[in-house]
Amino acid sequence: MSNTQQRSFFFNVDWLMVFIYLALCAIGLANIHSAMFDEKYPTFLDFNTDYGKQLIYVMVGVTTGIFILLLDTRFFSALAPFFYGITVLLLMLVLVVGRNVGGNQAWISLGGGFRLQPSEFAKLTTCLLLARYLSGTNIRVTETKSLLVAAAIIGFPMLLIMLQPDAGSTLVFSSLIFVLYREGLSPYFLILEGLFITLFVLTLKLNSPWFIVGALAAFAVMIVLLGRRNRKLMRTVGIGLAICISFVFCVRFIYTKVLKPHQKVRIDIVLGITSDPKGKGYNVHQSMIAIGSGQMWGRGYMRGTQTKFSFVPEQGTDFIFCTVGEEWGFAGSVVVLGLYLLLVLRIIRIAERQRSPFSRIYAYGVASVIFFHVVINVGMTIGIVPSIGIPLPLISYGGSSLLSFTIMLFILIKLDSNRMGIV
Amino acid sequence: MNSFFERRYVIAGIFIILILTLLARLFYIQIIDKRYLLYAQDNVLRRVYQNPARGPILDRNGKILVQNQPFYDIMVIPKQVKPFDTLEFCKLLGIDKAEFDKRFQKAIKYSPNLSSVFEKQLTPQLYAAFQERLSEFPGFFSSTRYLRTYPDSVAAQFLGYIGEVTDRDIKRSGGYYHPGDFIGVTGVERSYEDVLRGRRGVQNLLVDSRNRPKGSYANGAYDTAAVAGERLISSLDLRIQKLGEKLMHNKVGSIVAIEPSTGEILCYVSSPTYDPNLMVGHDRGNNAAALYKDPYKPFFIRPIQAYYPPGSSFKPLSALIGLQQGIITPETSYDCHGVYWAGNHPVPCFHHEAHGVVNLSGAVAESCNGYFSMVFQRVMDQKGVKNIEPVYNTWRDEVAKFGLGSRLGLDMPSEGRGNLPKSTVYDKMYKGPNWRSSTIVSLAIGQGELEATPLQMANIECVIANHGYYYKPHLIKSIGDKEVIKQDYKEKHEVGIDSQYFEPVIDGMQRVVESGTAASSKIPGIIMCGKTGTAQVHGEDNSVFVAFAPRENPKIAIAVVVENSGQGATWAAPIASFIVEKYLKDSISVRPSGITPEYFMNANRLPDLGNYGEKLKAKPVPKDTLNKMGIDTSDKHETKSASNRKKNKPVQDKELAALTKQEEDE
Repeated sequence: MSNTQQRSFFFNVDWLMVFIYLALCAIGLANIHSAMFDEKYPTFLDFNTDYGKQLIYVMVGVTTGIFILLLDTRFFSALAPFFYGITVLLLMLVLVVGRNVGGNQAWISLGGGFRLQPSEFAKLTTCLLLARYLSGTNIRVTETKSLLVAAAIIGFPMLLIMLQPDAGSTLVFSSLIFVLYREGLSPYFLILEGLFITLFVLTLKLNSPWFIVGALAAFAVMIVLLGRRNRKLMRTVGIGLAICISFVFCVRFIYTKVLKPHQKVRIDIVLGITSDPKGKGYNVHQSMIAIGSGQMWGRGYMRGTQTKFSFVPEQGTDFIFCTVGEEWGFAGSVVVLGLYLLLVLRIIRIAERQRSPFSRIYAYGVASVIFFHVVINVGMTIGIVPSIGIPLPLISYGGSSLLSFTIMLFILIKLDSNRMGIV
Repeated sequence: MNSFFERRYVIAGIFIILILTLLARLFYIQIIDKRYLLYAQDNVLRRVYQNPARGPILDRNGKILVQNQPFYDIMVIPKQVKPFDTLEFCKLLGIDKAEFDKRFQKAIKYSPNLSSVFEKQLTPQLYAAFQERLSEFPGFFSSTRYLRTYPDSVAAQFLGYIGEVTDRDIKRSGGYYHPGDFIGVTGVERSYEDVLRGRRGVQNLLVDSRNRPKGSYANGAYDTAAVAGERLISSLDLRIQKLGEKLMHNKVGSIVAIEPSTGEILCYVSSPTYDPNLMVGHDRGNNAAALYKDPYKPFFIRPIQAYYPPGSSFKPLSALIGLQQGIITPETSYDCHGVYWAGNHPVPCFHHEAHGVVNLSGAVAESCNGYFSMVFQRVMDQKGVKNIEPVYNTWRDEVAKFGLGSRLGLDMPSEGRGNLPKSTVYDKMYKGPNWRSSTIVSLAIGQGELEATPLQMANIECVIANHGYYYKPHLIKSIGDKEVIKQDYKEKHEVGIDSQYFEPVIDGMQRVVESGTAASSKIPGIIMCGKTGTAQVHGEDNSVFVAFAPRENPKIAIAVVVENSGQGATWAAPIASFIVEKYLKDSISVRPSGITPEYFMNANRLPDLGNYGEKLKAKPVPKDTLNKMGIDTSDKHETKSASNRKKNKPVQDKELAALTKQEEDE
């Protein structure tokens, strides 16, 4: 124990982070209050309502955060495998005894109307274990063996969550590629990921694989002709081309043969292949109406008709951003997205000032997960990402999610407060 | 491990770019695209319309012709229904349990949260019993709806009826009407639709995604109250309208009476008629279908749609034109030997009776065909026998000024033009200008190609009564509580005949009733001037009588047509005399001739169906109208009437040929 820590538990705490955290929680409470308003219980003090419950979660969260600040920094690194193990066990348990809500077997009932969603905590513990592993001596992401172990740490909970099946939470783990990239993963992987997304969209949208293959081949030939004609370039381009072409056919195969009709429809709607505002596209259509009707300054607190009169589905959880867009308008959207951007950029800044690789890697993990959640969630409500049910961090209603993000952030704040030390 | 330090910028860059992408998209849907606010309002706003009461229609003395009667629909909101005494409920409505369950399931299927109609159009009597118990049946409530009711069951063809709007009506109204609204289909209901319908009230309600009401929008700032339709005062006189319909019972024909000093139509009978109450309520569709199938076509509006040869009733007009053109004077006389020879074309007088030497008044009184044929030929040949065309055209224009051959512009839909042939018609008929005054001489006595509606005939009497002008005939005297009268109806229409020429003609017409053909219809104490007509048509003659009374300061002009009944003096003239007397004296006196209204009311003069049916089928009722009456119009009707039209053509030609041969009149 150093002297500094004896002075105050809050010594070296990054107050900007705490401020952003509290601001997002408050925005969440206000919007849940508006979206789920019940005339019988107008205040937050009744715990029959979702906003009453969310207030408890926030208070529990803040208490937990303070508690985390009291712990020793080494605690998280040391117990990372233990936490990881517990969540993996819970993820297995949920497949057996879980409660099925809306098609996903993702919840363990805790009694008293509360239930636990292990997949929310899996993101946290995976970040911890990944940080612990990659910060180990002689571990290099550039080495195949290390990369495979890292991939396994990420992939195992992913697999279990996929079995629930919860596509949204599964995809969240893919965001950890940013962590690997920061730690030295070849940029080709990032480029490839970007390329894959582009190809995915084009394949489904153009619906003619041979045209895309032709375009890719022409592009490759152009690079070879224009570039320095050495073997290395030709080999790289050749491999890239082969991967891309096989990807195109994989996507077509998965789309036509593997995906269930309702999943196909969701993708089709986002890509604009079909529009179906009365049926499967109803949710997204209503959500866009809600946000679009907010215009510049919004329709005012508790005045959003789309959310108040339940046109928007899941208005407290996955579609909470509708309330933001409808009642606070573009101005509100800018504030909320601005806060998130500020949060993730701040985390990157914090990450880079750590002496301990564990802290840095963990911080990137937190930033990636939060960022992915924001982009997918908001993107879904405005119809540029397929409907994938993942919460908006700290704003969506839900105890597991709120608590998980709270712990994530406060561990980071704790680690940062001790940034000069080596864990 | 800071070897990859610079990668933080790549990651931060990706984060920034993607967040900016989201913001750009938000900017587009929130700021640039304005549709979403409209969509959102569409989602929550429900306009609830309150239909105003339709305006009532009164007769000229304030008696009610049509008004609104409340009917009660029993509505149900299934979600709000709690257990109740179903048996009692069924008993009150007169349905059984099975029927109850069926209707209730239907209501649930429509929507558990929305109200739907459970029982339609309860009469006030039935509803009174139900209302007392209504509080015992939660979830059920009543909704008032106003339907038309006709206390005296008269003037069906004038009043017309209302029906649900068609898609075409909705389109044409620019969205004013909504499906299920009512609109005037025929008669005054149609022609005064804009005034009668009133203004619909709108209530803006908020609803949630399941259509549950959530209060009023903007505290009712945009709501409007319903404004009831305007009251119309008709020019009809209920007393003579009722009498007219009774007199025309079991006869086919029409009565039109007009007040000459205003053009207000006092009596507008189309026979056979029907009870307008049949076109309201539950059995409307069946009743309409039965009426439509009636071979005597009660929906045919005879006062304005039926074309009749005016026959001798046209003679006064013939004389007036001769006088105005200076071809004859009142003293011009003609020696009648029973037959007039127009070239080698005989025009016999009625029963070949020789009238001896007659002057103008005498010829009108005796209805001498020879006299008027002579006048006509002299008019036509004034510029030479072969130069008839320009003269004919001038003559035609002068006749047209009386309102023949074109619509008078009655304030009712479907008015007919009648038929006043142009010279080109004869050119066609005789293959070039090969026709002479002798060829068309039957026009002189209101036969030949000449056809007029009863309204046009009555209007000519107005002109004669007024000594040279008429006011546009109309059926609605004034509109609304302020009793607005259309400016159009205050305008005098001159016919271009100097007033001094009327007296000799009127003298003759007075003699028709005093001592002439219609002497048996003389009304004690009233000087009526009239003219009988016995117009030759297919089948038995049409009985026609036109008149106005009293001679000084005329109050009523009238035209009566009884189809296929024989002489004008026998049927049409007595009927007209009763109407005139009733109107002027409010009672009917004992006639020296011994005729009584009862005799005419009971007489059955319905023509033989053999030649009757054919004639009317030629004029198909518009399909649109049929649909509104609730009658299915499959192709059957159309093809039938089309083939009839084809079949009818040669028949008509034959008829014309026959007519020119046997021109005889009283």
